Amino acid sequence: MSAPAVPDALRIENLDVMYRVRGQERSVLRNLNLRIGAGETYGLVGESGCGKSTAALAVMRYLPRNGRIGGGHVLIDGEDLYGLSQTGLRQLRQTRLSMVYQDPGRALNPAITVGAQLAEVFTVAGAYSADADKRAVAMLRHVRITDPERVMGRYPHQLSGGMLQRTVIAMALAVDRKLIILDEPTTGLDATVEAEVLDLIDTLRREHGTAILFIGHNLAVIARMCERVGVLYGGLLVEEAPTRELFAAPRHPYTVGLLRCLPRLGLDRKLRRLDTIPGFPPSGAVELQGCIFANRCGLVRDRCRTEPPALSALGGGRSSRCFFHEEAGDLPRVTPPDPVEHVPPGEEHPLLVVESLGKTFGSGSHSVHALRDISFTIARGETVGLVGESGSGKSTLARILLGLERADPGSRIAFEANRRGGTQARHAIQMVFQNPDSALNRSHRVGRILRRALVRLGGLRGEILRGRLLALSRGVQLADSYLQAKPRQLSGGLKQRVAIARAFAGAPQLVVCDEPTSALDVSVQAAILNLLGDLQAAERVSYLFISHDLSVIRYVADRIAVLYLGRLLEIGPAESVFQGPHHPYTEALLSATPAPDGTLRRVKLSGAPPSAMSPPKGCVFHTRCPRHIGPICDTEEPALSERGGGHGIRCHLGSDDLGRAQVDQSSAA
Amino acid sequence: MSLAPALRSGPVRWERTRLLLSTPTFMVGLAILLFWVGCATVGQTLVDPLADDMMNSLLPPSAEHWFGTDQLGRDMFARVIAGSRDILIVAPLATVLGIVCGTLLGLIMGFFPGLVDDLLSRLIEAVLALPLLILALVALTALGASNGTVIVAIGLAFTPQVARVVRSAVMSERHLDYVAAARLRGETAVYIMVVEILPNILPPITVELTVRLGYAIFTVATLSFLGVGLQPPSPDWGLAISENYALIGGGYWWTVLFDALAIGSLVVSINLIAEGLNGALE
Amino acid sequence: MKLSARGGADDRSLAQETSTLSFLIRRLLLSLVTLGVLSILVFAGGQLLPGDVGRSILGPLADERAVAALNHQLGTDRSLTVQYLDWISHFVRGDMSTSYAFRSPVAPFVGAALANSLKLAAVAFVIVVPLGIAGGVLAAMKRGTATDRIITITGLSATVIPEFVSGIILILLFGIGLRLFPMTATAPPGSGVLTGIYYLLLPSFPLVFLLFGYIARMARAGTIEALDSDYTRTAVLKGLPWRLVIWRHVLRNALLPTITVVASQAGYMIGGLVVIETLFRYQGIGSLIYTAARGHDFPMLEAGVLVVGLVYVAVTLAADLAYTALNPRLRGALR
Ligand code: SF4
Ligand code: SF4
Repeated sequence: MSAPAVPDALRIENLDVMYRVRGQERSVLRNLNLRIGAGETYGLVGESGCGKSTAALAVMRYLPRNGRIGGGHVLIDGEDLYGLSQTGLRQLRQTRLSMVYQDPGRALNPAITVGAQLAEVFTVAGAYSADADKRAVAMLRHVRITDPERVMGRYPHQLSGGMLQRTVIAMALAVDRKLIILDEPTTGLDATVEAEVLDLIDTLRREHGTAILFIGHNLAVIARMCERVGVLYGGLLVEEAPTRELFAAPRHPYTVGLLRCLPRLGLDRKLRRLDTIPGFPPSGAVELQGCIFANRCGLVRDRCRTEPPALSALGGGRSSRCFFHEEAGDLPRVTPPDPVEHVPPGEEHPLLVVESLGKTFGSGSHSVHALRDISFTIARGETVGLVGESGSGKSTLARILLGLERADPGSRIAFEANRRGGTQARHAIQMVFQNPDSALNRSHRVGRILRRALVRLGGLRGEILRGRLLALSRGVQLADSYLQAKPRQLSGGLKQRVAIARAFAGAPQLVVCDEPTSALDVSVQAAILNLLGDLQAAERVSYLFISHDLSVIRYVADRIAVLYLGRLLEIGPAESVFQGPHHPYTEALLSATPAPDGTLRRVKLSGAPPSAMSPPKGCVFHTRCPRHIGPICDTEEPALSERGGGHGIRCHLGSDDLGRAQVDQSSAA
Repeated sequence: MSLAPALRSGPVRWERTRLLLSTPTFMVGLAILLFWVGCATVGQTLVDPLADDMMNSLLPPSAEHWFGTDQLGRDMFARVIAGSRDILIVAPLATVLGIVCGTLLGLIMGFFPGLVDDLLSRLIEAVLALPLLILALVALTALGASNGTVIVAIGLAFTPQVARVVRSAVMSERHLDYVAAARLRGETAVYIMVVEILPNILPPITVELTVRLGYAIFTVATLSFLGVGLQPPSPDWGLAISENYALIGGGYWWTVLFDALAIGSLVVSINLIAEGLNGALE
Repeated sequence: MKLSARGGADDRSLAQETSTLSFLIRRLLLSLVTLGVLSILVFAGGQLLPGDVGRSILGPLADERAVAALNHQLGTDRSLTVQYLDWISHFVRGDMSTSYAFRSPVAPFVGAALANSLKLAAVAFVIVVPLGIAGGVLAAMKRGTATDRIITITGLSATVIPEFVSGIILILLFGIGLRLFPMTATAPPGSGVLTGIYYLLLPSFPLVFLLFGYIARMARAGTIEALDSDYTRTAVLKGLPWRLVIWRHVLRNALLPTITVVASQAGYMIGGLVVIETLFRYQGIGSLIYTAARGHDFPMLEAGVLVVGLVYVAVTLAADLAYTALNPRLRGALR
């Protein structure tokens, strides 16, 4: 406990927040109580719709136009936020309270230079403009921006995402504030950039002694950043505990379920199926009769349905909103833990052979090699995981394989089915898209979408068609009644199931999955990953699985390919890629991915990722490589050389000099 | 705020209809429009806009002639009521012609980027450099004025504008993944355009339809006023104003005022409807 | 191109400067192409549609030989390509051929009419642009209130009322009823600038009505978008006073798109001039086109229409350039 003289940075007491949606009041936050001590970091986690962002806005007193406070208090540094006059509120925001949110590209005014926007923070607090500029430069340097004088004169669109988020953080920290709210501050940034930004936040908050309310959906990030964590579900705080304890032994069935959904590093589909949480989150419209989690909870008893549990203290700074919190750890699994039945990839002729594939956009001096010299194979029934950050060309590669885009002449793509009959190929490669909203035609009913796929891809008609349709939708666990629904009536997870069913309508041999779960909540992601695994076992289909999330890739992939600026830097069996030797870039990627218990060993990269429009000469990674060995890296592009067991690495360094895994891999289970 | 119950609320269409019916602007617009449509359909059977009476020319409004009489002694009230007829036939037909041609063109341009789109875009840009009215004026000068040519002239003049709206709607759909999925199924371009994309861009086309209808009325009235639109002896409002305009210097205000107000109320009503639709389809 | 453009600050600004230049060049070339296509269209409209020019001038009863002679004299018996090239090459040199009606060069008529029309348009613009923007911004800031609704609905309704309707009502009200304004737009010869403007006021009102709704609507939409944006939230959460938030952060972004609208409306307005100039008996480009059209004076009609297109293309080009120059996001972006 902090000394009584220092007030808590934030105190939320019995806060209720409502939104008016189409004339109806909806509860978004119910009776929220929260305390963040001075200098403390507190994480608020939850899935979409749980009210976490609303909590942030309520603490900033910036609720949307249709939102209102139904009751309760917010005290910031001891002052009642909603009792303040406009002037008082402004002063509070100028000096003691600030916020950083997702998408820094939109948080900054596109028409004003970064410097002027940063300097504003000082002028509004009473500094002269020359002085403000000087302090702005200092602040930029402070957030580790090299050459801050130049950056001052830049417009937001001229800076990279990482740089922008640093600038926004600089703005938040410019004046020593008591509390900063970080709402998903790294969502949408590439893994290596995210890691840097998180490092920065961590260092700076220690230096400044600022309290932080960190809001996010990524449990691993929260675990890494925060001292205490609160779990929000349906607008209610269901559990609160010091981070380590919460992740080690959660005491609410929802938290338990959430953690089981995570594909942790070291876990893979051949060992264990992910658990899921059944049902759907509450809608917010209903008055609470009993426990808010009751209709999804595996421990539910009669009492839970009639009496809402209170958030009760369990000692040691922990509390849980569950009558049976001692049993939470024994929550029965929803899906059996036995691994997804795994058929080892075929030894016969590979399904797909890609050789020296290239893709050039533009021509002449303006040409850009979006992809260069890509060679790999996919065996029947195999999952190849493709990792790459934005600009790596992974989507272009997918589109080429699908025939939606043409590869450069000289590329060789040989598809097994092609050799037997030309038209087969189209049916044999299908795709599951990242965003299920845009992947389904919103004016067609689910039944129509699937039926058309069966007609076109399966060549079915009449009675057989009807039978297959039901089989197909049941195969992805869609209730029959959904066939009559339009996509907008379905949740994200259900839509993705429809999209998967559509891809499987014609018994494809290869399905390209482009970030199929990145738009979904973790509990939904787990179910989708299980489904993809089951379908693979049943149909012996191959996957090219694209993702930026290494733990997901680790979970699903037999082999992993790492793409950077259009070059394949590493490819090999999943185990070897994770064990090492690693390509320096892979090493950085691996170390940038925090495990859900917060452990992390960082290999730091310097500098922003170069533009894909003008990749560096020599080794494409040389501008950021921490192991850079000299001029050879700057001038000569290394070849993808075999390091044993089908493991190729594109680096001048010998295998012995490359990094190896230091994380203990035995903790799988 | 995406909350995800098993099945979200029912069909969109009902919600929209209910929303529309509770929008005052939309309802007022609809009421005025229905009034004029009523006049156009049964007006001629109740009043006779052509009955002249030279003895009673240019009478000011009175109990007998509510809106006064014109130069030929024709009752202005009867003429205003009956004057809604031709414009309410010509303008909607011109609109439909423009929407159909424009949608076709827009679909093609939006779906085939590259040479086709570039060429047509230049053409459309060039046509759009000319104001609608001048375009119609030139066309009617060449074709000669009649109900049919007015429809064709306005319809064709609308085509590029509609095409541009449809094109940009198609362009923003074309990159969505459901189109890629259709390609992966090997669907033909026509199927993708008509079955996949078209239903999704109907809302902007509907709004465009109402907006264009407003302009069609605007333009027909203006052309008639300029003497190149509807022809005498039609009691059309624009035509009546152009016939009587020379009289207002002499103080015979009633010969133009009521026609002017009638045109105003009709275009405003269409506009209110368009506005309501726009709000509901957003 | 489906490449992410996330890169370091340096290579980007470099790439930008080169593409700014190429954008300007591209934009200019496109305008020229548009004008070229337009000239062909106008030529086709003026030369093809009337069919036999000599016949249409001399009437159906004229002697066949006289028609042929006239056609030869006018040059309308040559091939269309030759006629077009002849016409357009003269046109760009300022020689807009000869009016059928006046039997004298077209150019001076068109020049004088254009100057008159620009005066009228200028008066209308000076009134409507500030009014429209102020109305739109006010409506946006009072979103959802009665003020907003009144501005929006009045604006929209005014926009769709034909100019001859509003013009007549204005004439009845101010010209005949209240006798505040003259009923014609042409000031007596020898009167000063202010009198000239005074005569142009009443005719400009219908144009103001016509444009107010558009400009207000764009300004409102832009302002609302800016008000709802994340950067405005950033500015508010910085603790900036509301006044500064609006002036420095909201309006700058909100009003940029309005520039393009104002420009495209300039073209629209010229369409309106046909009616206004006829109604108020003003010798502008609109009434010139109208008279030429009614009198089947095709050289005059072609010249007038092409000049209208030229003005439109020039104005939108200028607006696009201004928009690009003022918008740091687009400075250098290829369209
Ligand atoms: S109170 Fe009952 S229903 Fe709620 S979480 Fe605990 S056991 Fe489950
Ligand atoms: S070749 Fe050189 S720069 Fe490239 S990854 Fe290897 S060590 Fe780093």
